Amino acid sequence: MTAPNHNWRKFKNTFMQTLTFACAILVVTPLVLVFYHLIKEGLSSINLAFFTQLPKPEGEDGGGMGNAIVGTFVLLAQAAVIGVPVGVLGGVYLSEYGGTKLNWWIRFAADILNGVPSITWGIVVYALMVVPMHGFSALAGGVVLGLMMIPLVMRTTEEVLQLVPGGYREAALALGISKWKTIVQIVLRTAMKGIVTGVLLALARVAGETAPLLFTALGNENWPHNLTQPIAAMPLQIFAYAIGPYNDQHRQAWAGALVLLLLVLFINIGVRFLTRDRFKPKT
Amino acid sequence: MSTAANNPNTALTIRNLAVYFGANKVLKDVSIDIAARAVTAIIGPSGCGKSTFLRALNRMHELNPEARMEGEIKLFGDDIYSRNVEPVVVRRRVGMVFQKSNPFPTMSISENVTVGLRLNGIRDKKILNERTEQSLRMAALWDEVKDRLHAHAISLSGGQQQRLCIARALAVQPEVLLMDEPASALDPLATSKIEELILELKKEYTIVIVTHNMQQAARVSDFTAFFYIGELVEFDVTTKIFTSPSKKQTEDYVTGRFG
Amino acid sequence: MENIFETGLDALTQKLLLMASHAETAVNESVQSLMQRNHDLALRVKADDDVIDKFEVEIDEMAIQLLTKAPLATNLRLVTVAMKISQNLERIGDEATKIAKRARDLAQEPAVKVNLDLPRMAVLALAMVKDALNSFVQRDSAAARDIIPRDKEVDALNKHIHQQLAQHMMENPDTIARCLHWIVAAKSIERIADHAKNIAEEVVFLCEAQDIRHTLKN
Repeated sequence: MTAPNHNWRKFKNTFMQTLTFACAILVVTPLVLVFYHLIKEGLSSINLAFFTQLPKPEGEDGGGMGNAIVGTFVLLAQAAVIGVPVGVLGGVYLSEYGGTKLNWWIRFAADILNGVPSITWGIVVYALMVVPMHGFSALAGGVVLGLMMIPLVMRTTEEVLQLVPGGYREAALALGISKWKTIVQIVLRTAMKGIVTGVLLALARVAGETAPLLFTALGNENWPHNLTQPIAAMPLQIFAYAIGPYNDQHRQAWAGALVLLLLVLFINIGVRFLTRDRFKPKT
Repeated sequence: MSTAANNPNTALTIRNLAVYFGANKVLKDVSIDIAARAVTAIIGPSGCGKSTFLRALNRMHELNPEARMEGEIKLFGDDIYSRNVEPVVVRRRVGMVFQKSNPFPTMSISENVTVGLRLNGIRDKKILNERTEQSLRMAALWDEVKDRLHAHAISLSGGQQQRLCIARALAVQPEVLLMDEPASALDPLATSKIEELILELKKEYTIVIVTHNMQQAARVSDFTAFFYIGELVEFDVTTKIFTSPSKKQTEDYVTGRFG
Repeated sequence: MENIFETGLDALTQKLLLMASHAETAVNESVQSLMQRNHDLALRVKADDDVIDKFEVEIDEMAIQLLTKAPLATNLRLVTVAMKISQNLERIGDEATKIAKRARDLAQEPAVKVNLDLPRMAVLALAMVKDALNSFVQRDSAAARDIIPRDKEVDALNKHIHQQLAQHMMENPDTIARCLHWIVAAKSIERIADHAKNIAEEVVFLCEAQDIRHTLKN
């Protein structure tokens, strides 16, 4: 009962299966390679000193990236303060109000902004903040990262809100609950996990941005204590050490890259944990 | 079947109701009196306007930005479309239960029941607890959930979720309860529980139910309205509609010749 | 919370039982009026027949209303059986009226001197009606089945009375008119027993979902 083309079809099936499997492996390979190299080169340099000490002056061995690590967190905090409210509320507007042509233009603009090269962001904030303030600052660094987060958070918030079934909105409105309360207490509450996920992933994205920080935060050898002064950040420090002449600096650059990667990894794991299914609904 | 507009036995007086979605006239010149503390069923083939009609009774059709209505609807004598009446207020007097049960997933059972009260400013714990028990009893759900009021609402079965939605709607103490095919997504046992519940509820509430199940309409309703392509074709006592309808269209629909 | 059909079915059953008691009374009083030559009683029975007829109409209306709700299984059989039983009870009422008419006519003439076993026949027929209604109330299928063969006894009695009267008519031609009344009255009682048997068959259908009409060798 075999059809005349049976063997050929079988071969085609197996071939495609093998090909797609190979491509999937190929996708994972760079990640594996990156991890392998970072661990190989950087793991040995990760010690308490790395997290707590300042960089030593040029030429001297030892020291750490403590200030850069703190600096990165300071910048991310500022970015969140700017990016989260504007992005989330913007996403709320796109999802819950209108459906008009204006929305289409806003979305279009956001998508373009998401594609703008990060160095361009850096130059723009340089012109808008660094020049009038006569100096590089942590503030400028926070602002540029925040601005980069906005279109990202806005689009993910909108998409997540759209996933909330219309039935919940209808049910709330039918109870005589006002539209705004429905949005905040019902829709946002239901979508909260998705919104937090979007925010965390956006933070993970901008945590590693180097180019915009070159034009705004600049870098600093000391602990951060003033937002109007330049500030150290991990990507900047890694860049500076990587192109430096000393081996000790190279060693620390590897460690820094590993720590940065681990930061991104932990954020992603955190996201998975948050969005896990806590219970199975009965049918 | 004419009753005066301010008759306490008439819950809703609808005169010359027309609803447009954009240029499309979806409901044409509907005039009808809905009796108080009775069940009125709305039947008709798909697309005949029965859901649109139902939604006009609590101004829910206004969620569609292209919707427009003409005519007059009075709830126990009050014009619900008058300029100084907000839709929010109307919806607290006219509640609604939907086809697909939709308890809020982030809230517990008791939080779901009281959400309409809490989000409208009522904070007194004593009142909230009383209303929770009262509403769950009215929805015939109290005995099943009284020991786990703080469990997540979506841990309930489909039929229980729908009864929870009914309790949630009742907690706001509406005068009229609108039901849009409340049992069509449920299995037969859950369906019969909902039908028995409706017969209990009509002692205190006015109920308008849209259903595509004619035997269900015969089982639970006192009056039945038959809609066809946006028009009210026949409105009468339920037994008459299902044993000897006056209009041929009604007869054809009820005997299954179309729809 | 009660089942949707409970109230309606209860009301239907109650009305049926009420109709039955009227029918039983009618049979009782009509036979009484016949045996006691009671003219007034006979007229009362005739008037009461309207009540029994009204019951049949009301029960049918209630039954159709219940059918729109699509009752199933036992509920469905109960509704259709109720309609059948009410029809049989209405016929029983009619037969009682016929007996009353004959009683009225006979009362106006001198009595016929024949020892008829009509009272016993009436007792048997009435017992069948009572037992049939009881088996309906108790949903007792075995009791209903027991009623069915009893029809033979009533038939035999009717035949015997028929022969007695035929004999008497041949010997006393001047009593022919009156004897014919008696024959008709006896026939009515035999018909009443038939209707009781029908009711019993309906009860079997209700309880067992088996249609035993026209099948048993009765």
